[in-house]
Amino acid sequence: MSRYRAIALLPVMAALSGCNLVVLNPAGDVASQQGDLVVISTLLMLLIIVPVMALTVLFAWRYRQSNNTARYEPDWDHSTQLELVIWAAPLLIIICLGAITWVTTHKLDPYRPLDRIAADKPLPAGVKPLDVQVVALDWKWLFVYPEYGIASVNEMAAPVDRPIRFSLTASTVMNSFYVPALAGMIYAMPGMETKLHAVINEPGTYKGFSSNYSGAGFSHMRFAFLGLSDQDFDGWVSKVKTAGGSLDRNAYIALEKPSEAVPVQHFGTVDPKLFNAVVNLCVRPGTMCMSDMAAIDRAGGLNAGGMAAANGILRANTLAGFPDTQPTGLCTVAEAVEAAANSGAVQRPTVTPISASASQAGPQRLANP
Amino acid sequence: MLETLTTFLFGRLSLESFPYHEPILVATFFAVMLGGIALVAALSYFKLWGYLWKEWFTTVDHKRIGIMYMILGLIMLLRGFADAIMMRAQQAIAFNGSEGYLNAHHYDQVFTAHGVIMIFFVAMPLVTGLMNYVVPLQIGARDVSFPFLNNFSFWMTVGGAVLIMASLFVGEFARTGWLAYPPLSGLEASPDVGVDYYIWALQVAGVGTTLSGINLICTIVKMRAPGMTMMKMPVFTWTSLCTNVLIVASFPVLTAVLVLLSLDRYVGTHFFTSDMGGNPMMYVNLIWIWGHPEVYILILPCFGIFSEVTSTFCGKKLFGYTSMVYATVVITILSYLVWLHHFFTMGSGASVNSFFGITTMIISIPTGAKIFNWLFTMYRGRIRFELPMMWTIAFMLTFVIGGMTGVLLAVPPADFVLHNSLFLIAHFHNVIIGGVLFGLFAGIYYWWPKAFGFRLDPFWGKVSFWFWVIGFYVAFMPLYVLGLMGVTRRLRVFEDPSLQIWFQIAAVGAVLIAIGIGAFLVQIAVSVLKRNQYVDVTGDPWDGRTLEWATSSPPPGYNFAFTPVIHDNDAWWDMKKRGYARPLEGYRPIHMPANTGTGVILAGISTALGFALVWHIWWLAALSFIGLLVVAISHTFNYNRDFHIPVEEVVATENERTRLLAGQV
Repeated sequence: MSRYRAIALLPVMAALSGCNLVVLNPAGDVASQQGDLVVISTLLMLLIIVPVMALTVLFAWRYRQSNNTARYEPDWDHSTQLELVIWAAPLLIIICLGAITWVTTHKLDPYRPLDRIAADKPLPAGVKPLDVQVVALDWKWLFVYPEYGIASVNEMAAPVDRPIRFSLTASTVMNSFYVPALAGMIYAMPGMETKLHAVINEPGTYKGFSSNYSGAGFSHMRFAFLGLSDQDFDGWVSKVKTAGGSLDRNAYIALEKPSEAVPVQHFGTVDPKLFNAVVNLCVRPGTMCMSDMAAIDRAGGLNAGGMAAANGILRANTLAGFPDTQPTGLCTVAEAVEAAANSGAVQRPTVTPISASASQAGPQRLANP
Repeated sequence: MLETLTTFLFGRLSLESFPYHEPILVATFFAVMLGGIALVAALSYFKLWGYLWKEWFTTVDHKRIGIMYMILGLIMLLRGFADAIMMRAQQAIAFNGSEGYLNAHHYDQVFTAHGVIMIFFVAMPLVTGLMNYVVPLQIGARDVSFPFLNNFSFWMTVGGAVLIMASLFVGEFARTGWLAYPPLSGLEASPDVGVDYYIWALQVAGVGTTLSGINLICTIVKMRAPGMTMMKMPVFTWTSLCTNVLIVASFPVLTAVLVLLSLDRYVGTHFFTSDMGGNPMMYVNLIWIWGHPEVYILILPCFGIFSEVTSTFCGKKLFGYTSMVYATVVITILSYLVWLHHFFTMGSGASVNSFFGITTMIISIPTGAKIFNWLFTMYRGRIRFELPMMWTIAFMLTFVIGGMTGVLLAVPPADFVLHNSLFLIAHFHNVIIGGVLFGLFAGIYYWWPKAFGFRLDPFWGKVSFWFWVIGFYVAFMPLYVLGLMGVTRRLRVFEDPSLQIWFQIAAVGAVLIAIGIGAFLVQIAVSVLKRNQYVDVTGDPWDGRTLEWATSSPPPGYNFAFTPVIHDNDAWWDMKKRGYARPLEGYRPIHMPANTGTGVILAGISTALGFALVWHIWWLAALSFIGLLVVAISHTFNYNRDFHIPVEEVVATENERTRLLAGQV
């Protein structure tokens, strides 16, 4: 790959010496494969673009009006052989590029767990990816490390050569999570959860930012991505832990308020269900989780069966100590229980409430959970 | 009490709505006012109002409507370009802790307005204007199928433009980016009037665009001269047909998605909110189902222009007419199957992304075939490097680069690192400036002598050409580099000082383009002053090939005294070759549509309705809605819809042309 890169960039590099083309020279394996693909695709297309441009200039010069020596055939307008060539040549290029596209799109699907650390490093057996939950807030980034029970704002760290599994969402509007040195971007959208798998191969401090305009504070919505050795990463984790501060739901609600150019913040403890509640838009006490609402709908909506299911969900939640999934707008717990009782439905909680068991939120694609 | 009354009368509109605290806007306002007052005074002094109203505003002549579309597009180009210059200046200086000179509130409106104006109110009117002017002439028709509808469509487009311009001085414009993705454009994130201006400007203009699409399809399908089968239509007419099919099939989607967004904003539905079961991604899908065909709506007619220009200035039949037509049709169909490539990065699966990536690449095959067809039209031709041909060559060299980066962006894993970056910005300006705009210039230079009877000054044309082309490269090549450096779009301030030089180069490019635009305006002024020197009385200054060159320049109101009979797809070339003699007698009265002011009135009321809805002035909204119905219904009782041009007038007009042609020889 590096050979391709060198050939393609020779003329350009001369002009661009001193500027950092991070997209083509990243520090993470995923971004590196994507960067190579940019170069390979470009070279493949240049096979046809360069001759076309050369012919354009050549014909424009050769057949200029003042050149009386050139042949002039005003009625020549068709040639089956030429037609075949001009349709077949782009077709062949596109067949090649299409094949490359199909393969690489599947291989580099951000939802697909990594199968290697780098080109020359296979994935060690039994390695557990680092889970990072990312919430795009107005206008800063929140990173939650469920494994360590810590969180940080506008700074994220990851150990070198350990696969990272991102789960992303947003609080209000669409953003896109992008660390060019690490991997391609993925949108972070409210009420939805997206995934990204990546790995950083070289230690360093890299730029991360939102790559989808999200309002007034967008320009300052940046964070530092720290690629650290295992030891340094452990140090970073303990630093965050000792920093104190607790990110419970109230702290999150305060943090969520729009603010710009926010300095780095660390939280030593985090509500373990916070991310799930953010995805399901039910951080605020008294709001019903989308997943629960969907469960009620699945069980038949507001008819008898659905009410019974709701009754089950709400009781389960109440008993489990999560009173914050009381529905507002639709009904209160009391009303739901009463409605279920009045409908004479047998109380059969067919649905396990998601808020009560986080394991339900499996890998979900873009749709609402 | 007083508050209730003012709220009733003015809705959300108050003194605070006027941006008198923004010095840039105040200065602009006074400049516009002074210009406006001068214009109104001049028109009044020379007593031109009656002439304008009778001959232009109320006209149903497709040629005059076409010219008015072009004027609208050029005026809005100045506004859209002013936005571009402001952005370039901001991005060139906002480094090292500097906030630049625009705050977020202003800057975010500027880039939104730039996109909206350039697409909807520059590119669309210019493309529609050319189609309006040229298509009926190319097919030997006297007007479009529905002449009144044509006038109405134009004024609705103006109405949309007026609303956008009003947002500059009354209230504010959207701060959402040109496609206004929710939830950002929803009520919670954008409670002010900006998005409402966006919605109603596009809805009012959208009515015009859709109706104009229907009109031109009917015209092309039903009003071709005898003998002109589909496969004998000029390529520009073919591309116009495909474009208008795209318009009619895609603009209703835009209308519908904006209706849903306005329901979210006005009556509290939850189509695109993130909670209550709404899903903003549905908006993203719908808007791109319109948005992707939209770019082909813009580029296809320009492909047609390049085809006409290439064969004319190479003195040669277009190479591969049939494959050109099929390529156009294939592009038309494929343009509906690619929309998801605008959001590969929103988490669709690998198979979905691959599908849309590959369909996108497939479009490059017919497009490539077109480029080759122009190339082989040049081959063994006699190329005259007049301005239209210069723009065509510049297009061919520039567009292939944009096409290449476009196919690159269609490879999903590559898009993951380039989406929303300045590389993407460079790409679409590369195809929209290098394709659409160069094509429009080629078309303007090519058909100007037809519309006005004199050519444009070549010196200033060349100045404009070189500043535009070089300016384009200087302005946008740095953005490709910045994109590869991982810089995203719509940023207002920067941290990394090493980026600044590239933004400064891009700003220089924008200045060069500004000189190009200036030279173009000078060129028009110079050409008007020297019009006697550049006059063309033949009606066929370029030794043209298609039917529009068979009539005089400018053509008479009725276009052709006798409807021509077509035997070849280069109809006029064929007539010239066969020694066609213009008939000099046997004229008859000509049946023509009559002018009407209803279009202006309806569009004016629609604009008022839009304004009332933006500001929640409900009484005005109700009143103007009723007004619309009343005027529309009463127009159906207007039986004064047509007239006959008396034969004496036809004879006089044609004799004058005979005299001029004789003087020529």
